[in-house]
Amino acid sequence: MTDPLLRVVDLKTYYRTSAGLVRAVDGVSFEVYKDETFCVVGESGCGKSTLALSIIRLVPYPGEIVGGKIIYRGTDLLKLPESEMRKIRGKEIAMIFQNPMNSLNPVFTIGFQIAEPPVIHFNMDGRSAWRRAVELIGKVRMPDPEVRARNYPHVLSGGMRQRSMIAMMISCEPKLLLADEPTTSVDVTVQAQLLNLLMNIKRERRMSMVLITHNFGLVAEVCNRVAVMYAGKIVELGPVREVFRNPVHPYTRGLMKCLPIGTKRKEQLYVIPGQPPNLIEPPPGCRFHPRCPHAMEKCKKEEPPLTEVEPNHYVACYLRR
Amino acid sequence: MTVEGLRKYFPVKKGFFKKPDWIRAVDDVTFQVFKGETLGIVGESGSGKTTLAKLILRLIDPTTGKIYFDGTDIVGVSKKELRKYRRRMGIVFQDPSASLNPRMSIEETLRRPLIVHGIKDREEVRRRVLDILQKVGLGKEHMKKYPHQLSGGQQQRVAIARAIILNPDLVVLDEPTSSLDVSIQAQILNLLVKLQHDLNLTYIFISHDLLTVRYVSDRIAVMYLGKLVEIAEADELFYNAKHPYTATLLSAAPIPNPEVRYVKRFSLVRGEPPSPINPPPGCRFHPRCPYAISRCRTKEPVLKDVGGGHYVACHRAEELDLSEYTSGLWKIITESRVS
Repeated sequence: MTDPLLRVVDLKTYYRTSAGLVRAVDGVSFEVYKDETFCVVGESGCGKSTLALSIIRLVPYPGEIVGGKIIYRGTDLLKLPESEMRKIRGKEIAMIFQNPMNSLNPVFTIGFQIAEPPVIHFNMDGRSAWRRAVELIGKVRMPDPEVRARNYPHVLSGGMRQRSMIAMMISCEPKLLLADEPTTSVDVTVQAQLLNLLMNIKRERRMSMVLITHNFGLVAEVCNRVAVMYAGKIVELGPVREVFRNPVHPYTRGLMKCLPIGTKRKEQLYVIPGQPPNLIEPPPGCRFHPRCPHAMEKCKKEEPPLTEVEPNHYVACYLRR
Repeated sequence: MTVEGLRKYFPVKKGFFKKPDWIRAVDDVTFQVFKGETLGIVGESGSGKTTLAKLILRLIDPTTGKIYFDGTDIVGVSKKELRKYRRRMGIVFQDPSASLNPRMSIEETLRRPLIVHGIKDREEVRRRVLDILQKVGLGKEHMKKYPHQLSGGQQQRVAIARAIILNPDLVVLDEPTSSLDVSIQAQILNLLVKLQHDLNLTYIFISHDLLTVRYVSDRIAVMYLGKLVEIAEADELFYNAKHPYTATLLSAAPIPNPEVRYVKRFSLVRGEPPSPINPPPGCRFHPRCPYAISRCRTKEPVLKDVGGGHYVACHRAEELDLSEYTSGLWKIITESRVS
C-alpha cells in the first residue's frame, strides 16, 4: 500500500478527573489511507469519541493527550502550535458530530455558516463564498438551495441540519473527514440517505473518512477497514469483510453473536457476561479477560499485543497464537 | 385488548384569536392484542407510536375511540374504576435514568406501586420486592442503592421490575433497549423473553429498530404519520411486506453483513417524513412512494385483509411485488450468524 494519509502511533489521551486518571485512549495505533473509509466501532465509554477528538486536538478539559504521535501527511499534529493547528481544522481535516443542533450556530443562517470556512481559510470574498455555499447546499441535495441558505438551523429538520453540516464540512475540500456517529440522531430512512450522500461525496472528491459508530450495521454498510475498540484499546483491526466473516477476538465475536439476527424469534441470545470496565482502574493484562470465556492465566498478567493473524488482519489476543 | 378507531389530536396554538392547527398524532387506529403475545409497533419518529402507548395506558385521554381491556371499554370509566385496570398494566420507558426517581432507593421505587395499590403489610412488601429483584436478575444487595449507582442495564432491570411487580397482564415497552449498548441489549431482550414466558405476560413492544422488533414480536404493526399501514405476523411481515413503506423501512435498515451493502438494495428510500400537522391527502405515504398512482393522491386506503391475518392499507397491495426488497433481507436476517 501507499503512504498513509494519517498515522496514529501509540496515542494516549487521559482525563484527569477528581475520581482519578481516566485512560480513555490508551495506546492506540492505526493508519488511514487515501480514499479509505476507516471505522472505529465500540460500545459507549470505550474511548472512540475521545479518539476522534484527539485527532483534531479538540479534547475537552480535563482531557489531555499525554503521549503518542498523530502524523498527518508527514507532520506530527501534536507538535504544531495552536495557530498552525487552526489552519488544519476544517481545511485539511473536518469533523461532523452526532447532534447537528449542537454544532450549528442558532443565530446565523446556514448559508452564512457554510460560507464562513472558505472566507477564513482561503480569503475568499463574501459574495463568492455565498455563491459557493448555495452551490454546496444543492450538492448535498437540499431542495431550493437559495431559500435554504437563508434559513436558520431551527427551521430545518434533523436530516436537513445534518446535510448542512456535511456541506459545511466539505466547503474547504478537506482530505480527511471525521464523522462521530453522524446518523444516530435521525430516522432509519433519513440515515440511509445521509450515508449514501456522504459516501458519494467522499468518492467524488476522493476524501478519506474515519467513521466512529457503535452500530455494526453501519460498519458493514460503508467501511473498508474496521477497528474494534474495547476499554481504550484496539482489540481487532482488519478489512471489514474479513472481520465479519472471521472475527477472531472473543469480544468482537461476542458483539456479533449477541445481535438479534440469525436467530429464531425469542430464541435465547448470546450474552457477553459482566460490564465494560472502569477506565480509571482497568483490569491488568488483557482488559477483556474478566468477561472472556477463553481467558487463560497469561491473559490476567500480560497485555496481548496487536498481532497479524491473516494478511492485514490484526488481533490483540493470546488465543490464536 | 382491542383498540378501535383510536384518535388523538394535539392542538398547536398559532395565536390567541386564531384557530389552532391539529397534530394528528394517532389517527383512526384499530388493532387487537391477544393474551400472551408480543405486538411490536415500528415507525419513525413522529409516527405516533409513543402517543399510542400513552393512550393505551390511559396516561392521556383519546380524542375519540375505544380501548377495550378484557372486554371493558376503559375510555369511559371513572378514575377510581381505572385504578383497577391500571394495576394490570405496566410500562417501561426508553431511558431508565430519566424514568427512575434519582432520590429514591431501588427498594423505595419498587415499594411504591405496591403501597399505592393497597398492599401495606411490611413483610409482604419486602418479600415481593426481593422476589421481583431476583426475577429481573438483581439481588438484595441492590435494594439500598440509588439509580446513579447502577449501570444502564441494571437501571433498566429496575424499571422492568417496577412495571411487573403488581403482576400485570399487559406491559408496554417503549424503546426499552434503544439507550443501551449492544451487549447489554441482548441481556435485556433475553430477560424480557424469559419474563414473558414465566409470568405469561402480554407485551406491546415499541421500537424503531426492526431487527429487535422482529426478534421479540409475534406480530408487528407498522405506523406512518399516525396511521397503521400494515400489521402481520412477524416473520410474514419481513418476508412478505406488502406496503411500500414497510419495504422502505426494511431496505433502509443497516444490516450487519458487508456482503450486502446499501448499494445493492437501496432504491426505495426517498424524502423525509413530512410534518404530522398537515399530512398529505389520500395515502399519507404517497409523496415518498415510488409506486403511487393518482388514486393514492386523493383516496385514503383502509386496512384490508390480504390473507392469514395480514392487513395492509395500500390501494395497490395486491398487484405490487416488493419481494426483491424483502426476501433478500429475510435471508440475511435468518441466515447470517457468527459461529
